[in-house]
Order: sequence, then C-alpha cells, then structure tokens
Amino acid sequence: MRFARALAVSALVLAVAGCEKKQEPAAAGQQQAAAPSDTILIGHVASLTGEQATFGESTDNAIKLAIAEANANGGVKGKKLALKTYDDQGKPEEAAVAATRLIVQDKVAVLLGEVASSRSLAIAPIADTNKVPQISPTSTNPRVTKDGTKTRPYVFRVCFIDPFQGTVMAKFAHENLKLKRVAILRDVGNDYSVGLADYFSAKFKELGGEVVSDQSFKAGDQDFKAQLTAIKNKNPQLIYVPAYYTDVALIGRQARELGFKGPLAGGDGWDSAKLYEIAQGALDGSYFSNHYTHENPDPRVQNFVKKYKDTYGSVPDALAALGYDAALVAIDSMNRAKDLTGPSIRDAIEQTKGFHGVAGNITLDADHNAVKSAVVIGIEKNTPKYVTTVEP
Amino acid sequence: MTEFLQHFVNGLSVGTIYALIALGYTMVYGVLKLINFAHGDVYMVGAFSGYYLGIVGGGGEPSFFRAAYVTLGAMIACALLGFVIERFAYRPLRHRARLTALITAIGVSFLLEYGFQLSPWIRTPVQFPPGPSPRFFPPLIDFGGERSIEVLGATMPKIDLLGLGVALGLMLVLQFIVYRTRFGTAMRAVSFDPQVAGLMGIPVNRIISWTFMLGSALAAAAGIINASSRPKIEPLFGLISGLKAFVAAVLGGIGSVPGAMAGGLLLGLTEEYVAGYTDSSYRDAIAFTVLILVLLIRPAGLFGRVTVEKV
Repeated sequence: MRFARALAVSALVLAVAGCEKKQEPAAAGQQQAAAPSDTILIGHVASLTGEQATFGESTDNAIKLAIAEANANGGVKGKKLALKTYDDQGKPEEAAVAATRLIVQDKVAVLLGEVASSRSLAIAPIADTNKVPQISPTSTNPRVTKDGTKTRPYVFRVCFIDPFQGTVMAKFAHENLKLKRVAILRDVGNDYSVGLADYFSAKFKELGGEVVSDQSFKAGDQDFKAQLTAIKNKNPQLIYVPAYYTDVALIGRQARELGFKGPLAGGDGWDSAKLYEIAQGALDGSYFSNHYTHENPDPRVQNFVKKYKDTYGSVPDALAALGYDAALVAIDSMNRAKDLTGPSIRDAIEQTKGFHGVAGNITLDADHNAVKSAVVIGIEKNTPKYVTTVEP
Repeated sequence: MTEFLQHFVNGLSVGTIYALIALGYTMVYGVLKLINFAHGDVYMVGAFSGYYLGIVGGGGEPSFFRAAYVTLGAMIACALLGFVIERFAYRPLRHRARLTALITAIGVSFLLEYGFQLSPWIRTPVQFPPGPSPRFFPPLIDFGGERSIEVLGATMPKIDLLGLGVALGLMLVLQFIVYRTRFGTAMRAVSFDPQVAGLMGIPVNRIISWTFMLGSALAAAAGIINASSRPKIEPLFGLISGLKAFVAAVLGGIGSVPGAMAGGLLLGLTEEYVAGYTDSSYRDAIAFTVLILVLLIRPAGLFGRVTVEKV
C-alpha cells in the first residue's frame, strides 16, 4: 500500500522534474540525468580503515541510522534514500579519489564527509567544481569552507571551528585549572593539529599565560620521548596535544614513563574508544574539548544514544553524533529544496537555521560554519566524563 | 645534565631497535651483496606475529613466560618467512644482474606492506591480514607497581630496560655465532668468496638460507621489543624504521656486524639529541646529514674496511 503510494508520488515528482528540465535546460541538465531512478544517492567519504578508523566507522554507522529513519518516514520527496560509502584509509589523496568517484561515477546528490580537516580540504575543491554540496560532520579547520578569503559555495560543516575550539581549551586551562605555564606538542604535517595549536597558543598568551615549549612531531612517529624530555625540562603544568587518538595515546604513555605527572589536553581528535585501549590509564586527569557528550540529559540526545546502542552495541561518540547531524541536515535540506539539483540543495543547506541536532542546534553562518557550544571532557579511570560546557 | 642523560637513555632505547634491524641488512649484504629492502617489513611482520601469538593462547596473564613464548614464537615465524623469501624470491635470481635482485627486494617489500593492508580473509580466531588500521599490541609482561625506575634524575621505563637487555644479549649471541661457531666461519667464508667457499665443500645455499633466517629472527625480536614499549602496530610501520636501520648499517659500514650495532646506536642517539635540543621537525634531516658527513670522511662507514674482509 505504502509502496504503491510512494511509487505514485515519485512518478509525480519525476514528471514535475521533467517539466522543469524543459524550462531550464542549461542550468539543470546534467544533474537531472544524474538521478533517474526512484532513489536518491547520498555519498560518504570515510576513513573506515587506517590511523583514524574509528572516526569513519562511527560516522558511517550514524549516517546509516539517519537514512534508515528517513526512509521509514517516507524518504525525501517520495524517493528512498540510499547511501554509498567509500573508504579513504585516512589519506587525503584517497579521499579525493573517492569524492570524484562518488560525484562523477555514482552521481550522488549530496556528499557527506570527511571527518578530518586535511581530507575535507582535499575534497572541497572537487565538490565546488562539480556543484555537488558537501557537508563535513567534524572538520574544524577554518580553511575547509574557505577558498582564500571567499567562502566555498558548496562546502558546509555542522560543527564549530578551531579558532573557537582552541579558545575553549585555553580558557579552561587558564580559568578553570588555573594554570600559567603550558607546553604544546603538535603534528606538523596535519592542518587540523597545526591550526588548533596556533589558536590555543594565541589565546593562552592573550589571557596572560606562558607557552614554555612548542614541539612538533610527524604522524607515524612512534617515539616522542625526545620532544617530551625537552618539554618536561621546561616544567610546564600542562601539555596541549592537538592530535588524533592513536598518536595521543602513545604520547600519553611516554609522557607518564618519563615521569610527567600533570594533565594533557587536546581537541575533538581524541574522541575514540581506541584512545583508552592504547593509553591504558596513562591519560587519567587529562581533558579534551569536544562537540557533544552522551551524558547530556536532553531527550533528543538520549533517544539517539539509545537507538545507536541498540543498533551497534556501543555508546555513540561525538563523531557519530555529528555524522548523524550532517545526514539530518542533508535530508532536511533536500526536503526543503525546490528540486534535487546540486544548486537547489546547496541553497537549502545554506538557509539552515535553528536546526535541532543531537550535538546542539545548527545555524549556518555566512562562512558555512555552525555556531555552537563546546563541551570539555575529562578522563578519569580511563573513561571519559563530562566536565563543563563552554558557550561561544 | 639530567636532560642530557634522559636523552641518552631515550636514544639508546631507539638505537638498539635500529641496531637489531641493521644487523639483518648487514649480514645479508655480507653474504650476498644484496640490499634486502624487504627487511624492514620482516620487522613489521615480527611485531604482528607477536600480536597474533599474544592473542591466541598467549599464556593468559602477562608474565615472563608469556613474553618469552611470544618473542621466541615470533622469531621462529620470521625466520621461516626469511627462509621463504630467500628461497623463492632471491635464489632464482642469484646469478642475474644485481639490479634484478634489488628490484625484487623492493617488490617483496611492497607485497608484505600492501598484503597486510588487505581486508581480512580469515576472521577467527584472529583477523588476517590485519588491514590498515593500527592495532594495539597486548602487554606481554607486567612489572607491577611503578613502570619506571629513576637513575640520577633520568627515568627509565622497565620495559625499555628489559628490551635493551634482550637486544644486547641477542647481539652477544650473534657475535658468538659469527666468530666462534662452524656456521659463523662458513658464513664468513661465503662472504669472502662464495665460489671458492663452495669449492671448499661449504654448502653455500644452506649458509645463505641460515643467514636470512638469523637476520629475520633478529628483526622479529626488534619488532617485539619496539611494540612492547610503543604498543601501536600497523602494516606500514616497518617502512621508516627499516630505512633508518639501513642507514645505520651503511653508517657503521655495511657488511660489518659490530658496525651495524654501532651505527644503530649512533643514529638513535643523534636523532634523539637533534630532536631534543633543536626544532624536532629537523630530526630526520639532521640525522641524515650526519650520515653524509660520516661517509664523506670514511666512505666505507665507521667500521667498514676498504679491503675485502667482510662480516
């Protein structure tokens, strides 16, 4: 019964789309041909394997959940949604290949991803050139939605950006923890890490604190003791490590082995169950800034946590929450868009205002960034605990 | 002073890993004049063998017994791998141009690196190949209480001290094998001149096989020692370590066993001091500059002799 109705509606939509096509053949020709069937394809570029494998897995799981829910509610404009995910192994060049393939070969309506800024930066020009909207769930580097000084028309994100995130931890270290001397250990090859370290450093100095040491490493390094020994010698009260969880966990272990007793701090790149598995308690007493906490009592959040747990058997991390939000924004925008061409969906995404996501309300600003609060998570007994919320 | 000492301890711990891998390069070069570029990946396979052994019937709780069982098991597994690589990839090409063997070595290296990145065919009891995601190496030994000891203000993790001890022990055993046993004598004879050694009744093929097995077992031990201290393993982590160990072997004078040990330790310490006292992103650049300088002054490496005596 429902199927018959869906078929009728989709036939109607197709007919309407067909009429429009005749009216504006130049603008929409290519995109119309892209989705001739009764399903709308959503593309997802994710790091399902590699150094940040849990990021891709969480995001992909949550997107699947959002799409299943949308389909159960009748889909978008009478069409069913389908998801196509390609693995990029956590490498920017692979992400670019995957995005091109999704756009050119599979002709997706919307592109979701990537979680990491360096990979979103590789995808953004491709989305722009092909006029397919890209929504990144968690890429926080400001340059992702910027092309020089101008905003990339087809690139959006549903999370805050690093100038804010760096400020959050700098303020927290200075005001809540009352620290004066910090050190920084950054991954020099990573846009996310370098950006976040710079914003943290600038804000902490502005607040009157001192950055006593600023060391760097390269992703894939196994031994950080040289840098940590140099840092420890300057007696900082905290080490800021804006990097991804596999490196952070090793850094935490080696800092403790060298006898550093103070806290480490970082950003949303820490959020993974693997962090605790590798660290084995070495990061106890440390803090990181994040997008959301599953401890938030808001029924919308708890509902999502329950559904995710029932489906995948684990508590959703921030990557999952934002992947879910990114998919919801895409679906909502497609519902509001006047048709399913790239430019129309783009316009609809741009108008997103006060959208209720599980990781906060989403209003996109002129630079296509979501303005929202951040949370600080503390690590106790090798498990994450919510500490406080920081408003923008 | 404390900082200097701490860097020394750190550098020593990294340097012994380089040294153990460098020994494999240098021995194979000694007998075959072949740079076995797959050696860094044998080191990676060693760590993964330990990982699998640690998961499957790993003797339960971390203990000395478990550490010994996993280390020996991984060494045996890698010795077999070394045998297979030599038998099927290098031996058929032994009398071809040297470049052919070198390219084959690079091919074997890629085969191991990318083969291990495939998604698993076998799922139980372990996932093999492991795929590109990093794995957590299980703790093999539990010291209880404090993980580090302090000497003159420098902290030394007990696991690194144990690793250092095992590595030095293995080097002494190797020294004994090469200079005090019949096999060692035969190996040195083969490295001196394989044809004449063959005419003297030395089974050249068998000696070469054994040399590969010995080098691969040492690489496996290095893999386990490294992974116990830095428990994140993935299929590409042998690449850089292998390259640096090769540099260490050249630094010490390729073909010379004491040279590989000294080269490894020197490279580890140089890297550590460079990273500790200057901008750490110059670490590799300066370490390699040291290599160039040493080779300019002593083209045969620190312990290498320009004469034909090798191993």
